[in-house]
Amino acid sequence: MKNKLTQHLGFLLLWIAIIPTLFFLGTIIYFVCVKGISVISWEFLTEVPRRGMTEGGIAPVIVGTLYLTMGAILFSLPLGLACAIYLCEYSPAGYVVNVIRMSINNLAGVPSVVFGLFGLVVFVKFFGFGVSILSGSLTLGIMVLPQIISASQEALIAVPQSYREASLALGATHWQTIKKMVLPSALPGILTGVILSIGRAAGETAPILFTAATFYTRGYPDSIFSEVMALPYHIYALMTEGTHPEKQTAIAYGCALILMLLVLLMSALAIFLRQRQRSFYGK
Amino acid sequence: MENSIEIKAEEINFYYGTKQALKNINLEIYENQVTALIGPSGCGKSTFIRLLNRMNDLIPHSRVEGKIYFEGQNIFEENVDVVSLRQRVGMVFQKPNPFPKTIFENVSYGLEVKGIRDKQTIEEKVISSLNQAALWKEVKDRLHDSALGLSGGQQQRLCIARCLAVEPHVILFDEPCASLDPISTRSIEELILDLKKYYTIVIVTHNMQQAARISDFTAFLYLGELIEFGLTEKIFTIPKQKMTEEYLTGKFG
Repeated sequence: MKNKLTQHLGFLLLWIAIIPTLFFLGTIIYFVCVKGISVISWEFLTEVPRRGMTEGGIAPVIVGTLYLTMGAILFSLPLGLACAIYLCEYSPAGYVVNVIRMSINNLAGVPSVVFGLFGLVVFVKFFGFGVSILSGSLTLGIMVLPQIISASQEALIAVPQSYREASLALGATHWQTIKKMVLPSALPGILTGVILSIGRAAGETAPILFTAATFYTRGYPDSIFSEVMALPYHIYALMTEGTHPEKQTAIAYGCALILMLLVLLMSALAIFLRQRQRSFYGK
Repeated sequence: MENSIEIKAEEINFYYGTKQALKNINLEIYENQVTALIGPSGCGKSTFIRLLNRMNDLIPHSRVEGKIYFEGQNIFEENVDVVSLRQRVGMVFQKPNPFPKTIFENVSYGLEVKGIRDKQTIEEKVISSLNQAALWKEVKDRLHDSALGLSGGQQQRLCIARCLAVEPHVILFDEPCASLDPISTRSIEELILDLKKYYTIVIVTHNMQQAARISDFTAFLYLGELIEFGLTEKIFTIPKQKMTEEYLTGKFG
């Protein structure tokens, strides 16, 4: 009887622990929606900012964030996936691989502003890409690289050994096995890593602070060497500079709302792809 | 006996690290016959069968000594193409392991990795392989459904069809019925008896009755050693070794 009581109590405590989590999530969404919804309109989404960003829309800002995020994924996904494949499928287990794994984990722990400084020194200055979409994408890409690598590695490891054996026993080469068997099976897990990375790349401010973002541009970026406005930095700019705090605050919340929706949308796309894959292939 | 030898193993020793799993095995496998490897768990029968298509290459820190001749060549020689060896010596595993792909794709897989691109050739081969594996009637209306929706026995027959599509000479069965119910087991056994007209078959089983039912030759292994090898009817009626007799009558194992 006593054991049962303890168990109930334990479950109750665990259940209670969920409440603050949901509460904070709920309040964040609530406040951003309530404060931001007033400025949302078709014009807000499709027009360029006017009058010191107190009027008009934020279309170039949205476009800038999309470019930076897509650029980051385009750069980090092939690179990270290739790393993960090498580590899981080709490299012999041992000292070197352990060192590589450890380095990747450490890379994941580097603060984002440090990536920003790195991007400034390497991409902006050394390679001479300037403050641009390219520099920002590469910096964000390096930042999410560890995430992509570990998610891909986990997904590859989770592919049952029996699939690999069956494929090899049918006369497939190691590479054919990876390409035709292992990667398709690991795809849902890899996409999970991509989803998380999209959220992070779209939302981070520090890495693009010195490498890509600018306070104000007249219109849309015209090449990968243009500097851009991006949502997280735009929010920061609106809240710290300018001369119309009330108007700007409302627009900042509007930007936050759009940023959340954008991440949700991009994630939804990845989740949709993942589910389609799973519902067909997996159990 | 007028059977020609398909595979000949000479003085095979196999080590997992420092642990010796096979000791000086000499064994001949005859063409178009079913050879059963029996023995208690850990006797090395699975280790041996996995040498025949060099699946043990995948095991780190393992080492093999001795020779296995197949089509006149020692398969452990450096110039042997493992990929083409595995195309000629197919394998069906203990647990049905169809790919998480469609039924059709499972069977066409081996053809595609072989480089066959012609759609009609692939389709014909898929159909004939499924037919040969006695699965066609059950799956012909859902070729493009996931193979994971099939029952265990159907999955195992799909794995057999997948193997047949590559047109091997030898098929290795590593306890193919271990996870199947008696009815599925029976259909697999009937299939094996049917296939031996065209293929040389080696089967690992710890089910002695199964060996007696379907095999022509039986090899009894114990603790990594080949205790006795011969015609199944002789082994099961008048075994030469006392140990074989004790195992077959259930005194140990």
